[in-house]
Amino acid sequence: MACSATTRIIHNPLAISSSRSAEKSDFSCKILSPSSFWGSASLGKKLLSVNKAISPISRRSATVVAVSDVVKEKKLKSSSSVSNLLITKEEGLVLYEDMVLGRAFEDMCAQMYYRGKMFGFVHLYNGQEAVSTGFIKLLKKEDCVVSTYRDHVHALSKGVPARQVMSELFGKTTGCCRGQGGSMHMFSKEHNVLGGFAFIGEGIPVATGAAFTSKYKREVLKEDCDEVTLAFFGDGTCNNGQFFECLNMAALWKLPIVFVVENNLWAIGMSHLRATSDPEIWKKGPAFGMPGVHVDGMDVLKVREVAIEAVGRARRGEGPTLVECETYRFRGHSLADPDELRDPAEKAHYATRDPITALKKYILENKLASEAELKAIEKKIDEVVEDSVEFADKSPVPARSQLLENVFADPRGFGIGPDGKYRCEDPKFTEGTAQV
Amino acid sequence: MWGIMRQRAACKAYHALNLEQGIRAIALRAFSSSAKQMTVRDALNSALDEEMSADPKVFIMGEEVGEYQGAYKISKGLLDKYGPERVVDTPITEAGFAGIGVGAAYYGLRPVIEFMTFNFSMQAIDHIINSAAKSNYMSAGQISVPIVFRGPNGAAAGVGAQHSQCYAAWYGAIPGLKVLAPYSSEDARGLLKAAIRDPDPVVFLENELLYGESFPISDEVLDSSFSLPIGKAKIEREGKDVTITAFSKMVGYALQAADILAKEGINAEVINLRTIRPLDRSTINSSVRKTNRLVTVEEGFPQHGVGAEICATVVEDSFEYLDAPVERIAGADVPMPYAANLERMAVPQVEDIVRAAKRACYRSR
Repeated sequence: MACSATTRIIHNPLAISSSRSAEKSDFSCKILSPSSFWGSASLGKKLLSVNKAISPISRRSATVVAVSDVVKEKKLKSSSSVSNLLITKEEGLVLYEDMVLGRAFEDMCAQMYYRGKMFGFVHLYNGQEAVSTGFIKLLKKEDCVVSTYRDHVHALSKGVPARQVMSELFGKTTGCCRGQGGSMHMFSKEHNVLGGFAFIGEGIPVATGAAFTSKYKREVLKEDCDEVTLAFFGDGTCNNGQFFECLNMAALWKLPIVFVVENNLWAIGMSHLRATSDPEIWKKGPAFGMPGVHVDGMDVLKVREVAIEAVGRARRGEGPTLVECETYRFRGHSLADPDELRDPAEKAHYATRDPITALKKYILENKLASEAELKAIEKKIDEVVEDSVEFADKSPVPARSQLLENVFADPRGFGIGPDGKYRCEDPKFTEGTAQV
Repeated sequence: MWGIMRQRAACKAYHALNLEQGIRAIALRAFSSSAKQMTVRDALNSALDEEMSADPKVFIMGEEVGEYQGAYKISKGLLDKYGPERVVDTPITEAGFAGIGVGAAYYGLRPVIEFMTFNFSMQAIDHIINSAAKSNYMSAGQISVPIVFRGPNGAAAGVGAQHSQCYAAWYGAIPGLKVLAPYSSEDARGLLKAAIRDPDPVVFLENELLYGESFPISDEVLDSSFSLPIGKAKIEREGKDVTITAFSKMVGYALQAADILAKEGINAEVINLRTIRPLDRSTINSSVRKTNRLVTVEEGFPQHGVGAEICATVVEDSFEYLDAPVERIAGADVPMPYAANLERMAVPQVEDIVRAAKRACYRSR
C-alpha cells in the first residue's frame, strides 16, 4: 500500500511563532517511523509534534493555539502513575460500552440485511468506532452532531436508543423518523442529531449553520449558549467544494464547530491517494486559518484527547478546528459493495489495530477494570441489541395514512399568524381582497 | 466582523417609521392622489424590516445584502438598523451559505437567504431540495425548516441566457417546498411576511423588472401584521368569457391584454396565482367552470412548465366544462438570446396573450 511510506505526524502549524518553540525543539524533533506509529502497543502516550522548517501560517493570529501544543503541555505537567492514565475507570467503561454497542449493532445490521429485514443502502461503521466514541461522548445533549450516510453509530453514541435506530432501519413506524428516513437519514431533535445526509458534503454546511445558530444565540439573542457542533465526514468529501466553502466561513466567523474527517482511505472503490492531490487533509485547516490536527483514529484515547481540546476550543469561542482521524472500515462501503479493490494485507493490518481490542487491552493492563466487568458489558450490549431487533420485528409498519404526513409543518399553507395559531383559523383573516 | 448590535431603542421607534415610510411613499409621488403608492422594492424592504424587528431570530444572509445595501437594494438600510450579525454578507458560496441557512433553521433560527438571482440557486439546489424541502418528511416532523430563499427570478433586460431562467416550474415540483411568486406591492409585502412566518421552507420568486414599479396600496396593507395566505390565488379582474392565469410579471401583461380584449367584446378573467406551490387548484377550476375557456401565461420554458400543470389539473377536474382546448403561453423553447429583438420574441408579449385568448374564444381569423 502506497501510503505506508509516509509518516503520520501530528502537526503544530504554529510551532515557529510560539514562544515555547525553543524548549519544544529539544523534546519533539523526533519523526515517528511507520512501525512505531502503527501497531503501537502503548496507547495514548505518544503525542509528538515536529517543528517544520517553514510554517507559512506562523504570521497568522498567535491567539490560535494548536491542539497538540496544549495537549503536550498537559502531558509534560502530569506526574506519576495514577494521573498518567488518560481516563478514569468510569470513563473507560463508558467508552468501552459505547464502542461495543456500535460494533455489535453494526454486526447485527449486517445479519438482518442478509436476512432481508433491512433493505436499500446500508453503510456500516465497523472499525471506526473510536472516532465516534472519542468525540461524541464528550458532548452535552444540546450539542449537535451532523453526519453522513454512515450515521448509525453517531446516532447511537449521541444517545438515540438502539431500539429506535433498529426500527428505523427496518422501516417500522416506531423508528426515530417513523420509518420515513431510513438508514441514511437518522434525525433526532431530542438528541440533536441533525442528520444523516446521503449527499457527501451536504452535512458540512448544515453543521456550520447549526454552529452559526449557537453563535447567534450567544451574540444576538444574548442567551447563555456554548453549544458546539460536530461535523463528521470522510476523506472523499474533502475534495468537494462545500467543504472548502465551509472551512472558509467557519474560520471567518469563528464558529463553534469541529470538522472531523474520518479518513478511512477509501471512497467506495476510489483510493484517497488516487483522488487527492495532497492526501494530508489536516493541512487544509491552516490554509483557512484554523488548526489542522492529525490523529490516530484507531485509538480512542488519542482521539479523545484531541477531541477534548478541539471541543474546548469551540466552546470557549476560539473558533473551528479540523481534525483528521486516520481510521479504517472493516467492511465494504455498503452492504452491497463486494469490496474487491482493497488489498487483503491492508485489511489484515488494520484488523490488528481494532480499537475495541486496543481499549480492552489498555483497561486490563492498567487495571482499571477486570475481565469479568468487561465481559459483563459485552453481554449487556448483546442483550440490548437482541432486544432492539425483537422490538423492531414486532413493531408495526407505518399506516397508509402516514404517506402524506409530515410534508409540511404547516400543511394548509396559510402560514402561522403573529398570535402563533394557524392563520386560516383566525376569523378576522384577510383574504387579500384589500380594496384598492 | 461581528460588531455591536444596535440598541433596541432604535427598533422601538419602528412603528412610527412604518407610517412615515408610507407617507414618504406618497410624498415621493409627483402627482397627488388619494391612494398611496408603493414600489415593490419598498414593499419588500418594509416587510423584511418589520419581520426582523418583530422576531430577533430572523436574519438575512446573502451576497451584498449588507454594506452594498442589497444587490437590487432590497435590503437597503437594514445593516445600519440591525447590525452585521443579523444582516450577514457572505463570500461567493451559494452552496455553503444556503446550507448554513438550512443548518441554522434546523437548530432554531429563521433565516432569509438571498440569492442574487435564482439562476445562482442552481449552485445551492441540493440544499434547497435535499436538506430543506425534504427534511420535515425524512425526520417525520421532528425538524422543520423555517427558511426563506428569495431573490429575483426570470428574465430581466438583456442579461443573456445564464441570467434569465425562470425556476417556478422546477421548484414547484418539489413536495415540501412552498413556492411564491408575488406581482404587486401588496403581494410582495403580504407574501414575504407570510413566508418569513411560515414554518416550512419557502422559495420566494421575485422579479427584477417589477422592483421599480409602483402600485396603489391601502392602509390595511401597510399595517405591520398584514400578511397574505399562502396557497390562495387572487382574481385580479373578474370576467366571464375566458380565464387567463399568470404569475409575477405576466400578471401585468395579462391585465393589459384583458383591457385590449374588452374592447373587442371579450370579457377576460385574470387570475394572479401568487402561489405556485401549493397551487390554488380550486380557484382556477371554479373560474374555468364559470368561463369555460383557459389561457395560461408564464415566462419560463414551456415543457413541464407551470402552464402544463394547470392544464392537467383543469382537464382532470373540469373537463366537461371546457369549451375549447387550453391555450398555453410560455417563453420560447430556447435559452434566452441577448439581442433585444430576439429577446422580445423569446418572452411572451401582450399581443401573444391577446391572440391566444381569441383562439380560445374561436375568434381568431
